Amino acid sequence: MWIAFRRHRLAVFGLIVVGLLYFIAAFAELLAPFDPDASSARAVNHPPQIVRFIKTTPDGGWTFQPHVYAMAQKRDPITLATTFTSDPSKTVDIEFFGKGAPVRMWGTFEVERRLIAPKKSDERFYLIGADRLGRDMLSRIIYGTRISMSIGLVGVLMSLVLGVFLGGISGYFGGWIDASVQRIVEFKLAMPTIPIWLGLSAALPQDWPPTWRYFAITVILSLIGWTELARVVRGRFLALRTEDFVTAARLDGCSQMRVIFRHMLPSMVSHIIASVSLAIPMMIIAETSLSFLGLGLLPPTISWGVLLKEAQNVRTIAEAPWLFSPGVAVCIAVLALNFLGDGLRDAADPYAQEGR
Amino acid sequence: MLLVYVLKRLFWSIPFLFAVSLVAFALIQAPPGDFVTSLAATLAASGDVVDQARLDALRERYGLNESFLVQYWRWISGVLRGDFGQSFEWSQPVSDLIWERMGLSVAMAAATLLFTWAVAFPIGIYSAVRKYSIGDYVISAIGFIGLSIPNFLLGLVLMYVSVVWFSHDASGLFSEQYQQAPWSWDKFVDLCKHIWVPVIILGTSATASLIRIMRANLLDELHKPYVTTARAKGLSEWKLLVKYPVRLALNPFVSTIGWAFPQLVSGSVIISYVLSLPTAGPLLLQALLAQDMYLAGAFILLLCCLSVVGMLVSDILLALIDPRIRYR
Amino acid sequence: MSAAPPVIEVKNLVTEFATRHGPFRAVDDVSFTLRRGKTLCLVGESGSGKSVTARSILQIVDPPGDIKSGKVLLHRHNTARGRQSGESVIDLAALNKRSSAIRAVRGRDIAMIFQEPMSSLSPVHTIGDQIGEAIRLHENVSKKEALNRAIELLRKVEIPNADKTIHRYPFEYSGGMRQRAMIAMALACNPGVLIADEPTTALDVTTQAEILTLIRKLQDDNGMSVLFITHDMGVVAEVADEVAVMRYGKLVEQGDTLPIFEEPQHEYTKMLLGSVKQLDRPSTRRLARRASNPPGDVLLSVDALRKEFHIDRGSFFRKTAPLVAVNDVSLQLRSGENLGIVGESGSGKSTLGRAILRVYDTNGGSVNYTGKDGVTRDLVTLDENQLKSARRELRMVFQDPMSSLNPRMTVAQLIGEPMLVNGMLQGRALNDRVAELLQMVGLPASAMERYPHAFSGGQRQRIGIARAIALDPRIIIADEATSALDVSIRTQVLDLLLDLQERLDLSFIFISHDIAVIRYFCDRIAVMYRGRIVEEGPTEEVCNTPKHAYTQALLSAVPHPDPRMRGTRVRTRYREPA
Repeated sequence: MWIAFRRHRLAVFGLIVVGLLYFIAAFAELLAPFDPDASSARAVNHPPQIVRFIKTTPDGGWTFQPHVYAMAQKRDPITLATTFTSDPSKTVDIEFFGKGAPVRMWGTFEVERRLIAPKKSDERFYLIGADRLGRDMLSRIIYGTRISMSIGLVGVLMSLVLGVFLGGISGYFGGWIDASVQRIVEFKLAMPTIPIWLGLSAALPQDWPPTWRYFAITVILSLIGWTELARVVRGRFLALRTEDFVTAARLDGCSQMRVIFRHMLPSMVSHIIASVSLAIPMMIIAETSLSFLGLGLLPPTISWGVLLKEAQNVRTIAEAPWLFSPGVAVCIAVLALNFLGDGLRDAADPYAQEGR
Repeated sequence: MLLVYVLKRLFWSIPFLFAVSLVAFALIQAPPGDFVTSLAATLAASGDVVDQARLDALRERYGLNESFLVQYWRWISGVLRGDFGQSFEWSQPVSDLIWERMGLSVAMAAATLLFTWAVAFPIGIYSAVRKYSIGDYVISAIGFIGLSIPNFLLGLVLMYVSVVWFSHDASGLFSEQYQQAPWSWDKFVDLCKHIWVPVIILGTSATASLIRIMRANLLDELHKPYVTTARAKGLSEWKLLVKYPVRLALNPFVSTIGWAFPQLVSGSVIISYVLSLPTAGPLLLQALLAQDMYLAGAFILLLCCLSVVGMLVSDILLALIDPRIRYR
Repeated sequence: MSAAPPVIEVKNLVTEFATRHGPFRAVDDVSFTLRRGKTLCLVGESGSGKSVTARSILQIVDPPGDIKSGKVLLHRHNTARGRQSGESVIDLAALNKRSSAIRAVRGRDIAMIFQEPMSSLSPVHTIGDQIGEAIRLHENVSKKEALNRAIELLRKVEIPNADKTIHRYPFEYSGGMRQRAMIAMALACNPGVLIADEPTTALDVTTQAEILTLIRKLQDDNGMSVLFITHDMGVVAEVADEVAVMRYGKLVEQGDTLPIFEEPQHEYTKMLLGSVKQLDRPSTRRLARRASNPPGDVLLSVDALRKEFHIDRGSFFRKTAPLVAVNDVSLQLRSGENLGIVGESGSGKSTLGRAILRVYDTNGGSVNYTGKDGVTRDLVTLDENQLKSARRELRMVFQDPMSSLNPRMTVAQLIGEPMLVNGMLQGRALNDRVAELLQMVGLPASAMERYPHAFSGGQRQRIGIARAIALDPRIIIADEATSALDVSIRTQVLDLLLDLQERLDLSFIFISHDIAVIRYFCDRIAVMYRGRIVEEGPTEEVCNTPKHAYTQALLSAVPHPDPRMRGTRVRTRYREPA
């Protein structure tokens, strides 16, 4: 399977990107240059700054020193609109593995080192701009990666348990169990997803703490996602049940558990992995949509959807298009996961139909 | 045979509809507290004196103290008579609020479905017949991207582009002068001028997945023995393609009505909100946030019913084009 | 023999498939001539390129296959159809495969029928539509006239109630009827040549005999030439005027039927005919063994065993009658004896084999097995746990070695599994035992670490056999164990089973549709028809003097690989008494 998978260049590319995203999610504290919640009145809607690497010294030589030009805020006296202008004479130097404000890594121990940090700790830079409270978008997106990518994973794991269990008993035992599980699946498919999501999330009390809400949203998402997995698992079970090698295993004296776990499951694992990796992007999109509408995660939790909520208004994004950047992150993540899942599915079963 | 099948299928959708209505009602009942609680909260917040007797009277009037089943029975028997209850928020009967918006929602979904088919069908065939050609790769790549962009993002980007680059507001379904006007031919024409933006936004991901489905199915059918048989008869390649493999690849295509149509209807909720369209979506959202339960319940129920109807239609169409299903 | 004029001349045909590892030559420099009114049989085992050759003639090879060089000359003036027209020779290989010129030949001059009549007909168009299309493609007639001619054609291929059945869909036809409809479609435009690509392989022998007779009759009526592709030497002996033998894409030998059967020149032909002729008569080894070691006591006694299947049609309102797959069957198996169960598809023979092992729950009857410990138990009454010990002594060998071996386990794991789960052996001892078993079935110990897909069909079946004998069983139920194998491998596997029988003191229940195989391998035979055993007795007795009318019909339908016997036997059809 690995060899078949490697033939799909796009899938391998997707795997690398997905790996990178989960790396970012895991080490957000070290990768984000600033505290994502630190606001600054001087940096309201601060535009992105371009990183420059070569600094010319007064005597005409040059050194390698990443830096950005500082930006000065000006207020138009008549319209009161603020504009930022670049000032090449003032620079903010950036250093790798510099010191920043201490944060608790994974809530356990304090770290100060960051992948990138300003040389002078009172300076700030905004590589992809700042939001309406002057918070650094880059740091916020990096922290958002943690929530958005993990909610997909946790949600899929939940629906995996549900789907594999229900699909499994449905396919293995058949008969009336199969029939009733099938009815449930059909019923679930007949329900329009988005209004149900909205209804369920609207039903969550607004005053729940963020962690509760996080898990509640995950449960809601996984309630929607399990049917597809159940369908795949049931289909494989039904197909495998009539295979001679399963009958042979029974006649060899294998217990029912051994038949299922030693003989049937290994033939399904690749299919399950493939469906899981195709379900994660669905979850991510769903979380983003819900939070965007204000029915999913709520601030102060940071997820890509929560960040995008800032970009709801056309006027706002016309002024500060960089508020879109979480959307770019969503697209990259979803695209990479889709490539990955597609490659896995092809590798799992080259003759499989794309059911739908 | 066909009639028996249709009747059987119709019969089966009755318990479905019942279950759907239960779920819809459970959903609107789910939030802690009820409308009166949130009314009291609003009143208290604005500094008004909360009159407990009035609240109790309200509870009494709407039967909010009764058990779940009694409330459900009241609600559903009203719905069957066309009475969806009263919107607390708007102080109007729900049925006055929903029909035009639902109509526009359905019209938009239908237009999107047509658009989706019109684009996906020929492209899917092309992609399968010219497998691994440059065109096929380009289509696959675009399809992938189309699938990966959440459609509300696509909507935001399009709005941004039209506002910033063309100074044109892409939101809404009608020009200003028609917004309140009664229905007329001109208003319809105006609608057509506006509807394509949401249609494209809404249809992109469905189109992309339909292209993939069509391509995969057709590739599957193209090498079936019956195609060789037909070729051995002396049929030309084009006629062959249209009469046999495309005909069979149509099956899963038709079955998409079952899931694509309801998905489009419900998917339009978010788009409508982003583009502020006068369809069901924004009102539903507002009702959910304000816990305006009868209004939200009516929308959810109707959307669920649409899904059931979509499944029904697709099953019947499938039976029409595939004799094997009819006789099963 | 005066040579009839040539209709199709294939000259130095080469067809290649483009693959990842460069072109693969499926047809390699093949030349032959098909003459007017004659039948040429193209024979070969699976993968010999016979089917691709046939498809190359009409240029309907599926991509990535394509004709690379050579000629396919159609002498249209020599065909029954084109006799009136002047001399015209067309090189079909030179035409563009999408051109109207080659399309005018397809279906009109040369028609084709295929192996799988179910998948070769479109499932969503009526039979009438599909036959009518064939007519209207080449002749300018109205829809109504085409339909009438289609009905006429269906009558010609002996389909009852043609005027009604024509509006039916293929899935409403039986297998034999579908192939008749295919033939009707092929005959729609009175073609001069019929290419039949394994037309009877998917059919039962009795149906096969009817289809062969039908093709012969239509050929005589229309003066058609037939290119008949098959792997079955019996069928060749039955129908061929000339024979061409293919192997690995090359033609190894061709000539008139009689000389080929009696004095084959090429080694491969000799081997092929040898293995066919070796079957269909008792194995001398088996007879010798039985003379010295006559069968002993009754080991297994099946009494009135019954198995019903309830087909769930998803309807609440109608209760459908259950399908009785095994209908009160009684059998006995003695130690050291081989019992054959023969029957056509759907006769319930496989279900019977599995019901004895309790793969299914049964609906009545008993299966009394006397174990090594001398205790007799009724397997029907045991639960899954109690069955374990019985299943150690009663083992099964499956038809398709590919699907009966878990593709994700190595050979060592596969053969070791029964010993492992029964807690008999593990670790080193298990490994040694697996090596010993492999050696017993004629495979090297180096096979242990490989996965089943690395082996050929015959080798895989040996792995399946090794797994079956691993627990030192007393009875092996072999369900069509040789049917998926090429004929030259078949005798090898049967001889291996006989060898193991002598060494391990085994008894066999051998289930097969192939009488030749049963005749070679089995001492006694039970004939199954629609869930019942209609006749039982010593193999030679039943085969030579069948008593039941069904057995007579079955035996009369079996083609014999001896062209001299052609037409000497009276074929009977079995009609079930009402």
